[in-house]
Amino acid sequence: MSLYGIKKAVLSREISCVEAADAFLRRIDALNPEIGAYLTVTRAQALDAARRSDDRIGAGRRDEIGHLEGIPIALKDNIATDGVRTTCASRMLDGYVPPYDATVVSMLKQAGAVLLGKLNMDEFSMGSSNFFSAFGPCRNPWDLSRTPGGSSGGPAAAVAARMAAGSLGTDTGGSVRQPASFCGVVGLRPTYGRVSRFGLIAFASSLDQIGPVARDVRDCAILLDAVAGYDPRDSTSMPTPVPDYLHSLGENPAGLRIGLPREYLDGGCDPEVAGAVRKAVETFAGLGCRVEEVSLPHHKHCVATYYLLASAEASTNLARYDGVRFGFRAPKTADFSEMYTRSRTEAFGPEVKRRIMLGTHTLSAGYRDEWYLKAQKVRTLIAREFAAAFRSVDLIAGPTSPAAAWRLADRTDDPLAMYLSDACTVPASLAGLPGISVPCGFTRDGLPIGLQLAGRQFDEETVFRAAFAYEQTARWNMTPPSLGHSTTKSAE
Amino acid sequence: MGYEAVIGLEIHAQLQTRTKLFCACPATFGAEPNTLTCPVCLGLPGALPVLNRRAVEFAIRAAGALGCTVHRESAFDRKSYFYPDLPKGYQITQYTRPLATGGGIETDMPDGVRSVPIRRIHIEEDAGRTVRGPAADRVLLDFNRAGTPLAEIVTEPAISSPAEAVACLKALRQILMYLEVCNGNMEEGSLRCEANVSVRPLGSTEHRPRTEIKNLNSFRFVERAMRIEIDRQVAVYEAGGAIEPRTMCYDENADSVRPTRPKEEAHDYRYVPEPDLQPLRLSDERIAEVAAEQPELPRARRARFETQYGLPRSAAEVLTAERPLADYFEDCVKLWLDPHAVAGWVMTDLLGGLGRDKVPVASCPVTPNNLVSLLKLIHKGEISHAMAREIFAEMYRSGSDAPTIVHEKGLAQVSDAAELRAVVEGIVDANPAQFDKYLAGNEKIIDFFMGELMKATMGRANPAVALEIIKRKLKK
Repeated sequence: MSLYGIKKAVLSREISCVEAADAFLRRIDALNPEIGAYLTVTRAQALDAARRSDDRIGAGRRDEIGHLEGIPIALKDNIATDGVRTTCASRMLDGYVPPYDATVVSMLKQAGAVLLGKLNMDEFSMGSSNFFSAFGPCRNPWDLSRTPGGSSGGPAAAVAARMAAGSLGTDTGGSVRQPASFCGVVGLRPTYGRVSRFGLIAFASSLDQIGPVARDVRDCAILLDAVAGYDPRDSTSMPTPVPDYLHSLGENPAGLRIGLPREYLDGGCDPEVAGAVRKAVETFAGLGCRVEEVSLPHHKHCVATYYLLASAEASTNLARYDGVRFGFRAPKTADFSEMYTRSRTEAFGPEVKRRIMLGTHTLSAGYRDEWYLKAQKVRTLIAREFAAAFRSVDLIAGPTSPAAAWRLADRTDDPLAMYLSDACTVPASLAGLPGISVPCGFTRDGLPIGLQLAGRQFDEETVFRAAFAYEQTARWNMTPPSLGHSTTKSAE
Repeated sequence: MGYEAVIGLEIHAQLQTRTKLFCACPATFGAEPNTLTCPVCLGLPGALPVLNRRAVEFAIRAAGALGCTVHRESAFDRKSYFYPDLPKGYQITQYTRPLATGGGIETDMPDGVRSVPIRRIHIEEDAGRTVRGPAADRVLLDFNRAGTPLAEIVTEPAISSPAEAVACLKALRQILMYLEVCNGNMEEGSLRCEANVSVRPLGSTEHRPRTEIKNLNSFRFVERAMRIEIDRQVAVYEAGGAIEPRTMCYDENADSVRPTRPKEEAHDYRYVPEPDLQPLRLSDERIAEVAAEQPELPRARRARFETQYGLPRSAAEVLTAERPLADYFEDCVKLWLDPHAVAGWVMTDLLGGLGRDKVPVASCPVTPNNLVSLLKLIHKGEISHAMAREIFAEMYRSGSDAPTIVHEKGLAQVSDAAELRAVVEGIVDANPAQFDKYLAGNEKIIDFFMGELMKATMGRANPAVALEIIKRKLKK
């Protein structure tokens, strides 16, 4: 049942919120040992919250019933939850319990959502495979030998395996969209500034955004409705009015102009993926949209630019993990210097270390101008290039990922190959644009393929409208993964 | 060969806002350790800074008063280094685009008034405090100060002696205090000074390697540390050596300047724009608005005191040293138009008491109204000057006004001739020897009788009336 379906069922008291929560909790019990989507399950709190939702629905006072009343939702483990362990899948924060709720968490609670727990991810969101989790990788429900994508592997896998009605992930360079595409679900990266980052544990502050992951476009819209908006505690959130996203879904997409950058389907893209994306674009043509080829010549610089900037910011964001006030501290050290060095050496995983080193180097005297400042300039050029493209089109379409989910341990020894797999998602991140990944087919191996639609800043409405129309026509996400009967399971 | 010093100052002024720079925690000194903290100033994962507009206003006020150009757009950067009292592992500061540039600190130098040019003023957050614990191997951390707003004011290296540096720092401190943006307390670290020092042959314009001296937390330390460092550098050059640029620290106990450990200075701060804050944009109107709120500054006020009240330079300087004192003086003068009398009382008895008890003028127990009530009694001749001082002391102790004290203590001056004559007669009769001396032509002996009379009346005798009576009695 979709989030929307559960919402209708609990409001009409067809099922109780406790029954809904219990069903998801039982599913988590059954599947999580294999899939590893959850790092923490907050069973007791979830059932309590569900009971309170039942009370409110039972009392029947409309103004007390939230938009997500009784809906079981889970959060990526880099979103701070008051009193609930928040680890960023890092040994550094194993056992760290925040004393406050992130703004999105307060908003979800306010809306009546039932929080099931915290979801797996690449450590500090650094990775595209969820392989780099200090607590073990998360697996793809479509094929347990494969990656669910990353870094929001947990949020995508949990939704795909029906272990949550919806989830919130975070997207820095594609961390919501790429796992959504790998797991056959829908994931949205909102415009930078659309959703408050207060309480989101930073990877790269100028790129991080919290975004919904759900089974379909409508569920995604419902979730964004609940968490979007200006937050005085986040100076980078924007006071732009928040429209009613659910309402915008029904509008006819005919007349929309969709651009297909020729650079996106070039050599680096798997032919099966390219084929599925081309077919999806044809579907849009059939819906009355105008499809045209556009060019984004700076595309080839996006990955390098992204990794320079994101790592530079990460190197400062992660400086606070020093073993002084919270988190891991190496025992028995002689002085501060040794305490820092050993705490960080022992508690950070390999990918986090790689990025801190890259970022530190990028900002060092003598390299800063050549690397960091130049990358900033290129970022501006990329944003301008998109702005120019959006003068002639309303949306930009392309593959979410150049390939479908790879095998779990693949690419972990080849960081460059993994970085390059972000080629289609980082551009929208750098330009601060909203982007959605919607299922658009399967590979011959039965792995989901995702179509990405990026829109103008703060124009999530058009993104939703087009994605919803496509989804209604193509209906790729109507079949759930056949868990337990995976064709490749025996090969593990 | 003669040398001259080339000195530049870096001054950190704590902006006395109610709350911290990026969160709502109180920015108060002296609270129990770690009671004024929150996820933001502790740098907890996920917490984000929100700029305190009031701190910005204070910094603009300071920049305006110092004649700086306040920029319509400035921006925040992260300055990275590891230290246990720095919660985020970086300090939020302004590096590439400071709030203000230019301007200067008007300073009275031995050779006249000079403006020490300012390079830049920027806003930044303070770190916490590291306290060495009772046990040698323990370090305690207090994050109450973490996130307190600072304005950093950097001068050009345009100062040529420790005395000039102190004068400049004093002038700056006075201005900041007048603006009520900083309380100027150097002991508590509300105003901190670092200096860049180099020396060069007199008359030369070259730039020689400079050292940076930290821990200059009083005017005396500033002067001492610079003196020591200048002498050291001169001695090195004289011996044919070279100065290495490095960071030094003044040790007040040993009265010496020593290099900090090299580890502490091997910094590459890896500045990066602060992505959690928007650039700070100010409209011309806003900048003008803050500038318009500017109070009269110390130099202008001193000049006005000289011309308007006819006070000598030295008195005007004392009375305008602090804004509350100047306000106090003018409040009194508004009530009693005798600036010289007011100045006399304020500068001697009032400042004497406040200085002795270390009480700030703001909490002075003698209100302007009360002081004026005393001046009125003196003017009417109801009390002698000596009694007035006694009454003042009582006003200072009790906070009452002068007539109340006179009434309560029965201190009113005795001008009644009959009453005084009786007392004088008694004294003359009791002191025949002194009376004989007078008859022998010793006129000065009158002072003795006057003294006795004052003793007998506990100083209440009206001196003019008393003198007349004594003379008359002796002549008989």
